[in-house]
Amino acid sequence: MILGAAELPRLLPAGYAAGPVGLAGHLARYGPLPCPRSGRLDGRALIAEAGRAGLTGRGGAGFPTARKLAAVAAGRAPVLVANGTEGEPASAKDKVLMARSPQLVLDGAVLAAEAIGACRAVVVVHPHVRGILDGAAAERARARLDRVPVDVRTAAGGFVAGQASAVVRWIERGVPAPTATPPRLSERGPRRPSAVVQNVETLAHLALIARYGASWFRSVGTPAEPGSMLVTVLGAVRAPGVLEIAAGTPLGRVLDLAGGASAPLQALLLGGYFGDWVDAAQALGRPFSAAGLADLGAGPGAGLIAALPAGACGLRETARVVRYLAGESAGQCGPCRFGLPAIASEVERLVEGRGADPGLLSRWLGQVDGRGGCAHPSGAVRLVRSALRTFGAEVSSHAAGRCRGAAVVLPVPPGGTR
Amino acid sequence: MTGPVRLRVDFIACAGRGLCAEALPELITLDDWGFPIVTGRAVPPRLLADARETVRLCPKLALRLDRRHQTSDS
Amino acid sequence: MSVAGSQSLWLVSRGSGLMLLAGFSAVVVLGAAARMGSVPRGWSRLGLGELHRTLALFCVAFLGLHVATAILDPYVTIGWAAVVLPFASPYRPLAIGLGALAVDLGGAVLLTSLARRRLGYRAWRAVHWLAYLAWPAAFWHAVTAGTDLRIGWVALAVWGCAAAVATACLARLLHRWRPV
Repeated sequence: MILGAAELPRLLPAGYAAGPVGLAGHLARYGPLPCPRSGRLDGRALIAEAGRAGLTGRGGAGFPTARKLAAVAAGRAPVLVANGTEGEPASAKDKVLMARSPQLVLDGAVLAAEAIGACRAVVVVHPHVRGILDGAAAERARARLDRVPVDVRTAAGGFVAGQASAVVRWIERGVPAPTATPPRLSERGPRRPSAVVQNVETLAHLALIARYGASWFRSVGTPAEPGSMLVTVLGAVRAPGVLEIAAGTPLGRVLDLAGGASAPLQALLLGGYFGDWVDAAQALGRPFSAAGLADLGAGPGAGLIAALPAGACGLRETARVVRYLAGESAGQCGPCRFGLPAIASEVERLVEGRGADPGLLSRWLGQVDGRGGCAHPSGAVRLVRSALRTFGAEVSSHAAGRCRGAAVVLPVPPGGTR
Repeated sequence: MTGPVRLRVDFIACAGRGLCAEALPELITLDDWGFPIVTGRAVPPRLLADARETVRLCPKLALRLDRRHQTSDS
Repeated sequence: MSVAGSQSLWLVSRGSGLMLLAGFSAVVVLGAAARMGSVPRGWSRLGLGELHRTLALFCVAFLGLHVATAILDPYVTIGWAAVVLPFASPYRPLAIGLGALAVDLGGAVLLTSLARRRLGYRAWRAVHWLAYLAWPAAFWHAVTAGTDLRIGWVALAVWGCAAAVATACLARLLHRWRPV
């Protein structure tokens, strides 16, 4: 074994490097891609190994990877889509992974493609790292490394562009908006090849499981949630950025790894902009895992941890994010297109003490939740509900015109991308 | 169809015309923006024929009767 | 057939033709109104949509009478083929041919509507636009093949239908290009 069992980081290169790890450095660190004597990868064995490893999707939904790969419908050869869009503005883990370890991502894409019998692997990447992925793919092509062709494409901008069906529609039709399910992406009928979408981090883990096996993968993390994961830590910490941690690491420890809090913290936003606000004092001792956060009503999501200092206002930050999410709606579904702006306006009124109606807000949250062509409206509702739960005591002070502060913590792109 | 049957709305196709809520008020109401809120419960057998008729008359073909429980792609 | 019998067939053909023009004109107006959501107070959008569909189906059935009486009338030779093949009628090929054109276009709209769920929304909608071609064909057929326009009230009814459909089309166009 070239990479130590409980050694971190796994996906990211140890220490700081000026640029991406090249093919030679990549193979030196991890060893060669598994190359069976028959010349063809045993796809079923790899999928079974991923199942034993307990690998789950790192794009936010946490769906068991082996089950997803095994569920490809019979018919025309499928397409493997590696999703490196990362439309979530606060999250940087996929960009950093692609920028620092592009070869590992491509390994995973090719292995997954072979495992499902795909004719090609399409790697959709954030524009900032397109050049790096092109270079990495070219290196592999020169070395004739892959049995499956790799196609690198630039992702569309915008928050919903990272949604699985939106990515597929983007590469097929140039429209980065979600499509209806059914048909499920893995069963789209005789006219279109089925598409299997995997987050780039998930594929990077798969590339290491293929080399070192399930037990190695499980040597960090918890029995229920094994392996390592990438997290983006931002806000009131001294060294914000992307870290690789074992699943289940206590949140306080994660913040310490990011240089520790730079101010007393009142709350954390966990998961992403579809995630949850939690009280800092309650959360710091908890493991960063689905099981550890479940009773707080939160989860690891897309691996985001944002630290809200005492001098900032959670309701104000939520209002900014919800207004952004409303603007990022694909506009295809009524409840999202009309409901989210209405909810955003009401949250803004709440923050500005302009006579918001909590009954109306609650009504709209109930009407918008779960109704749409994708999870966008539900995610926004979840965020607002967690804000009302965590910062509920401050609602009345806002009505009286008092606010903790206007410090900006969460990045919200200006103007919108539509 | 045997087994529990549910009404489902394809919100991407739905244009909020509201015919479904008029036709089947027992199971469908409209939200504050005119879009259908469909009960998550199974369609009772006595309303099955009405439900099929409601599915037919949606001008955007956005309504479906479904038997299986769907899981979503992430 | 006696002369009186032939006259009766011709009368029914002309009468049913006029009724069909009124009927199909109402179908077009109802269809446009249902699409635009322009519902008079007390009416329902559902009612409008269903009326459009029911009236259309009724008119299709009634069309059978109009066509059959015209073909069976021994005074003129049209032939069954001319019902669907434009310009296949020895008698006034252009006028009858326009009717056949209306039947063809309307037939496409009808068949796709009956198979709507199987075809899917996009395909159905694309063909449904042909209704806006079928109506002018039917109207022009009525004006050229019809023999009663010199009668005052008939002319009023015919041009009234044209005015109603033109208004509906204009409203529909404006609706399509309204600022969203």
